Amino acid sequence: MLHDIFIAPFADMIAAPDFLMQVLWEGLVSGILYALIALGFVLIYRSSRIFNFAQGIMVVFAALTLVGLHAMGVPAWISVVLTLAVMFGLAVAIERVVLRPLVGQPDIILFMATIGITLFLIGFGEIIFGGENKVMITEELGIPTGSWTLEPFGGLLILEQKDVTAVAVAAMLVVGLLVFLNRTQMGRAIRALGDDSQAALSVGISLRTIWVLVWFIAGIIALVTGIAWGARAGVSFALEVIAYKALPVLMLGGLESIAGAIIGGLMIGVLEKLFEIYWGQPLLGGNTETWFAFVLALIVLLFRPQGLFGERIIERV
Amino acid sequence: MFYRAAGQFKTSYRADQALFPVRQDAMLLGFILILAWVVFPLTASEFAFQTLLIPILIYSLAALGLNILTGYAGQLSLGTAAFMGVGAYACYKMVTLMPWMSPVVAILLSGVFSAGIGVVFGIPSLRIKGFYLAIATLAAQFFLVWLFEKWAWLYNYNASGAIQVPNLQSFGVYVSGPQATSMVQYYVVLAVVTLLTWVCINLTRGTTGRIWKATRDMDFAAELIGINLMKSKLGAFAVSSYIVGVAGALFVFMWRGAAEPNLFDVPLSFRILFIAIIGGLGSILGNYLGAILIVGLPVILGVLPEVLGMQTDSALAEHLNTMIVGALIIFFLIVEPHGLAQLWRLIREKLVIWPFPH
Amino acid sequence: MLDATEGHTTADGRKIGPVVMEMKNITLRFGGVVAIENISFDIREGEIRAIIGPNGAGKSSMLNVVSGFYTPQEGEVWFRGQPRPPMKPYQVARQGIARTFQNIALFEGMTVLDNVMTGRLTHMKAGLFSQALWKGRAEAEETANREIAERVIDFLEIQAIRKTPVSRLPYGLKKRVELARALAAEPKLLLLDEPMAGMNVEEKEDMSRFILDVNDEFGTTIALIEHDMGVVMDLSDRVVVMDYGKKIGDGTPDEVRNNQEVIDAYLGVQH
Repeated sequence: MLHDIFIAPFADMIAAPDFLMQVLWEGLVSGILYALIALGFVLIYRSSRIFNFAQGIMVVFAALTLVGLHAMGVPAWISVVLTLAVMFGLAVAIERVVLRPLVGQPDIILFMATIGITLFLIGFGEIIFGGENKVMITEELGIPTGSWTLEPFGGLLILEQKDVTAVAVAAMLVVGLLVFLNRTQMGRAIRALGDDSQAALSVGISLRTIWVLVWFIAGIIALVTGIAWGARAGVSFALEVIAYKALPVLMLGGLESIAGAIIGGLMIGVLEKLFEIYWGQPLLGGNTETWFAFVLALIVLLFRPQGLFGERIIERV
Repeated sequence: MFYRAAGQFKTSYRADQALFPVRQDAMLLGFILILAWVVFPLTASEFAFQTLLIPILIYSLAALGLNILTGYAGQLSLGTAAFMGVGAYACYKMVTLMPWMSPVVAILLSGVFSAGIGVVFGIPSLRIKGFYLAIATLAAQFFLVWLFEKWAWLYNYNASGAIQVPNLQSFGVYVSGPQATSMVQYYVVLAVVTLLTWVCINLTRGTTGRIWKATRDMDFAAELIGINLMKSKLGAFAVSSYIVGVAGALFVFMWRGAAEPNLFDVPLSFRILFIAIIGGLGSILGNYLGAILIVGLPVILGVLPEVLGMQTDSALAEHLNTMIVGALIIFFLIVEPHGLAQLWRLIREKLVIWPFPH
Repeated sequence: MLDATEGHTTADGRKIGPVVMEMKNITLRFGGVVAIENISFDIREGEIRAIIGPNGAGKSSMLNVVSGFYTPQEGEVWFRGQPRPPMKPYQVARQGIARTFQNIALFEGMTVLDNVMTGRLTHMKAGLFSQALWKGRAEAEETANREIAERVIDFLEIQAIRKTPVSRLPYGLKKRVELARALAAEPKLLLLDEPMAGMNVEEKEDMSRFILDVNDEFGTTIALIEHDMGVVMDLSDRVVVMDYGKKIGDGTPDEVRNNQEVIDAYLGVQH
């Protein structure tokens, strides 16, 4: 038993380094998408203290809108633009209908409201687009669907080109967001909100504009994630679960840390894959990816309540 | 006029601490109890038992359990369904390992197991707070549901991976399984719910309730006035998980008749959270009002088109229901963040002084 | 100097007893920042002891050490003749130390009465089972402690608001409710963290009267923090003065008032 837990998995890793690399690659692809979603969470949380549970359904909703528009005969790239417009409309609607009347309510009330949004979008999406699994318009968007085969250590490593594209696009989006947050006035205002909302507002940017903007950014992130993940697994309401994975990322990285979201996302993506392949499947009957990230985050937080990147908080009374 | 409290003077603190200091409240409760214990069971159809009465009571109980933890002790949990699952599986194992055991006893004992596991998953609450804790409870949610699926011993190595409730008797009457009548099951559920509600009312209005509420409102101040936060939080996890576990056992044994692991997945957790929130966090009554709304709404939406003579398919009704529930949650949060129970409190305050509002 | 084991009687006839609490060479650091540096002082039974100093002097940190919220890196806390081992704040409270807070820390979701009743928690022993049934010990305890809570409510003149949720009260009343909660515990030592912060003159006078009455009628030992010297000098028997984490003065109000270091700290001095 001890041998199976502590020795055999590592022996396997060394024996087949090409397979290990494949596993790490798969983990990295998931990880960067988790990081992306977590980034959406962090932006919304920093600017409005809202723990946005609807992020997952936004991914589904964006992907369904894109596929649905294309099915109606709209060319692929115009569908993307229209979907972005829909996500912008959604951001405005959420700010107007949900957030504005709830300003100043306790955190848990706002959190519940986002669950309300989630349910509403699930019902709405099912009625408009139907619940059946759809195929992402990968080729129509010009995303390559072939694969590259590498032979490291004399073994075999297959990189799906759509995964490479997803990683590249996600990485570009992350970099773009960082530039936006650090270099533009609006971006700095969003970051400042997390530190001191009064001071940030005195700069002269309306809170409402910022809210619409961060929800729209979350919408863009949702669309990119939806395309990338949809290309791998099809578009259905099951996609929602990948947004759950962003939650342990937030636990590890902290609700307000942008760097934490990125590093935490990559870590969880890679570690959960490693655990599933080398421990989960041989020892536990598999499918450990549903809980591994949560349990990992839980254990880390037990020892470091401030998260991996947070500073220790001195309590004052 | 009907609710006037004038003239009802308290001459001792004991009288002021009574469950219903205002006489009309006691009369109203008596009326509801007569409805629940006598009128409903005598008049209800099979349809009413199965789609309204039994599920409303069970959902109320689960929401009550969650409310103890989240509404009273302030620890947000998103893993309620998993603890219902623990109760259900524990009950199943008990009645199959010990067939002589009365199913009612087994149901009441099953909560002990969920309480134990609840305490284990409550340990993080000693170090982490707020949303971080909420995510931590999702760890319980996902891990336990995975365990229900992978640990074949739990479902007695059934090929289907599901548990089937056997026919079981108590005092010579079939209480669970296909042979039990709805009326018997309703009475079992009602008895358990009445008992646990009474216990919860007592706990929340006394010392324990104050300890929980103090922990919820300001934890460091609570600790500095002498509250052991560990005991307070873990106690809340234990009591809450006990009630939720019993609700889970009732859910499967008195209503569903069978269960698969994914029955206890996230959507059920959220359903119960909605009931607690729409009903009102930190309220006992709210759980019932919330359950009536959330369980009753789909029934009405399902029946309404028929009554109006419209043709609709059930899938559309279901999606519409999801949408409406989502909108309702937002609506209620905007109109009254403290839930239906608060609405009733406001109405009652008006009634007490009616017709002279000054 | 006074003998630590014996008491004396003040001019207005109050009994000042032996030392109940003694801080010995306390040093408290946060990372590299020294909040309190090697401070010693004592508190005698029945007296009103004040800790004063400018903002950032370390007064609140000191109070937090006394109430067990912070554990000092160096030094010992002696309570009622015994060194206090490192303990959790709730254990300190159970030893009979109650406190109020600079920024009111009431339980906002509860009524005034319930808040005051939480002050009685350390005296309540009924088991969960008895509470669940609301029979026997639980019910008797509830009634007995309610009487004590009501006495405190009468004393502080907040009868009319006893069933009002705390969140609806104005600031001044909240401060009073907080005092009521601390008093309900019948503490051996009562710590007041800036009891008069943010109050107008009238409210300050009310609060001063209550503090004196509490000390007078119940003989409660009180340690309080203020940065406003005026009120404190009239209230207290002895005063500790802190500045930049160090003790710069200790004695009766008159002694302190004439201490050159204290005058410098308060008025600023050219070096």
